[in-house]
Amino acid sequence: MASAFEYAPAPESRAVVDIAPSYGLFIDGEFAEAADGKVFKTLSPSSEEVLSEVARAGAADVDRAVKAARKAFEKWSALPGSERAKYLFRIARIIQERSRELAVLETLDNGKPIKETRDADLPLVAAHFFYYAGWADKLDHAGYGANPRPLGVAGQVIPWNFPLLMLAWKIAPALATGNTVVLKPAETTPLSALFFADICRQAGLPKGVVNILTGYGDAGEALVTHPDVNKVAFTGSTAVGKAIARSVAGTDKKVTLELGGKGANIVFDDAPIDQAVEGIVTGIFFNQGQVCCAGSRLLIQESVQDEVLDALKRRLSTLRLGDPLDKNTDIGAINSAEQLARITSLVETGEAEGAERWSAPCELPSSGYWFAPTLFTNVTQAHTVARDEIFGPVLSVLSFRTPDEAVAKANNSQYGLSAGIWTEKGSRILAVANKLRAGVVWANTFNKFDPTSPFGGYKESGYGREGGRHGLEAYLDVR
Amino acid sequence: MSDNNRLGVFKTYKLYVGGKFPRSESGRVYEVSDSKGQWLANAPQSSRKDARDAVVAARKAFGGWSGATAYNRGQVLYRVAEMLEGRRDQFVREVAASEGLSKSKAAAAVDTAIDRWVWYAGWTDKIGQISGGANPVAGPFFNLSTPEPTGVVAVLAPQKSSFLGLVSVIAPVIATGNTAVVVASADAPLPALSLGEVLATSDVPGGVVNILSGVTAELAAPLAAHQDVNAIDLTGADAALAKELEIAAADNLKRVLRPGPAHADGAADSADWSASPDTHRLTAFLETKTVWHPTGALGAAGSSY
Repeated sequence: MASAFEYAPAPESRAVVDIAPSYGLFIDGEFAEAADGKVFKTLSPSSEEVLSEVARAGAADVDRAVKAARKAFEKWSALPGSERAKYLFRIARIIQERSRELAVLETLDNGKPIKETRDADLPLVAAHFFYYAGWADKLDHAGYGANPRPLGVAGQVIPWNFPLLMLAWKIAPALATGNTVVLKPAETTPLSALFFADICRQAGLPKGVVNILTGYGDAGEALVTHPDVNKVAFTGSTAVGKAIARSVAGTDKKVTLELGGKGANIVFDDAPIDQAVEGIVTGIFFNQGQVCCAGSRLLIQESVQDEVLDALKRRLSTLRLGDPLDKNTDIGAINSAEQLARITSLVETGEAEGAERWSAPCELPSSGYWFAPTLFTNVTQAHTVARDEIFGPVLSVLSFRTPDEAVAKANNSQYGLSAGIWTEKGSRILAVANKLRAGVVWANTFNKFDPTSPFGGYKESGYGREGGRHGLEAYLDVR
Repeated sequence: MSDNNRLGVFKTYKLYVGGKFPRSESGRVYEVSDSKGQWLANAPQSSRKDARDAVVAARKAFGGWSGATAYNRGQVLYRVAEMLEGRRDQFVREVAASEGLSKSKAAAAVDTAIDRWVWYAGWTDKIGQISGGANPVAGPFFNLSTPEPTGVVAVLAPQKSSFLGLVSVIAPVIATGNTAVVVASADAPLPALSLGEVLATSDVPGGVVNILSGVTAELAAPLAAHQDVNAIDLTGADAALAKELEIAAADNLKRVLRPGPAHADGAADSADWSASPDTHRLTAFLETKTVWHPTGALGAAGSSY
């Protein structure tokens, strides 16, 4: 772009957040070291700077946290729903008060742009606690029978792409329904969960109701397989989801799984092209494409393919990649070196298989983990980049001629989490939405979330729903 | 069943797959006896191949059945009840023989089963209203959640309740638009095989319900592992088999309905099938789809009302 359009840097201040050099595990209302004293470091993906050192939970810590949650369950579940509601309302308010601090923290630890943590993550986090707070004293009216009961101790494992939002999705309904929780955040993004522990303290939440165990996959495994856990909630990869589904076989544990996706974003020839292009960008480049419901397969009707692709490439050339704390940044850092390697390797596979790569012309910073917005054309349904979840800013473009072909191609996936439809024709939206095997269908919009709206997948995208009235079922004994 | 001098006509029991009545492709049969050990009939002993064929038939039928209107599905289910009512005496005899029940107890079970079809027939066009919803999202969007059928459901029918239990697990699966591959009670498969004859004459499209008889574990294993089966109801499996099947089902993340508590003797499902059902067997095989669309900002200037 011409220099006349250069922006001056507009960084958000880091001073609003005070990150301690080290953190313990949050068990029974106290921060404590891991039983074996192990720790690990958490980095800022945009600079590789070490932000803090946190305790690494092992099986003994998991056991201690589950015991604390079990002990707290008795009183917490016996509390009138109206009292539990007030705790959740308090938490929602404190999150709002501290949202700027939390947004900066999340951006530092995750690498996503401040624009997204500030305007998407944090408002939604607070909204989830507000929404489920209101359910706590109305469970008899939720449609799951009179006096539905909580399950007990919920073991929850969440990913690194929306650390605090995923925490809210898991903890808010669990507490509203009277369960207690042990939550393990991802190893690359442990900090916002630890700050949330402090919010629980400020809210005066009884000890043991919420326990946070920072650690790796071994801690997550110990948690979901712990015999005294009654409910398992997992968001993450399909491979791990399947392992969890196997591990709970033959037990009474209730399970919900939010797994991978390969969302189809379908653009018909009568779509409003400019809006569709914005929707495509939101669909795959929001959060650097590290979104399970990303619209990572673009299906364009053949007659408008060139027009849409030209407009899309032009738009991608204007995206600003760089310092995530800069308020003008659109594309932040990839969350970890490991994830960057996975994206890079899948993109290389795409090239090797004959798909045509185009990457937006942008300069990548010299430190940190970065990947330029990229799209593949000449993609067929058999290509790896059209089948495997890449979980990065990489879009695969396919074409179609008829609505039937679009539906067939969209449904040709092991996944069934999300889909998009772009057309001005209302009857076509309804007909196509009806035929798509996906849990969330965005028509003439994409990547919209709301606590009142159930979210979850068909097929190998997992089972159960989070959000809305449906999200209560996962935490109630309704069989 | 035969009068004084007349030699009775035995029935050759056959499977019900894809709307047809095949024998097992394996050519195998096994002896089915009553509760006192008296021979009743030779039932087909289905093979893994029969199970796979049944899945193909169920998948083929899924589009049409799930795409039918709820009103239409309700009428088809009600038609099953009509046909059953007409064959009531036959089922009473078969259930009495299969389960060793007195005539009056068998009649009560059959009556309850017929009433259960009627109950589920009435659910087809209501389940969407009670389990879906319009979501009041914070923004200018139309946002609607609706339940949809999961797909092809493998159903392991209860082992002891050969007809009432069977009906109680099939009707909710198909009421919501799924198609079913049913493994009948291993020891008492005859009422299930006769139900196939009723379904074939009840406007139920071929392939919507497919009924197999044989060894439950032998048939359940390929169904639990089948990549084109979307869900499995483990009611007819004992605890050890249920665990094994749930592990296999994880491979493509099938929706799993676990069996209820076992009988004192360890046999599967101690459920009281005569009790009034709730909706959990309907909702267990539903997905929730949420559709978003912008609503625009008409009246944003304050003039809308």
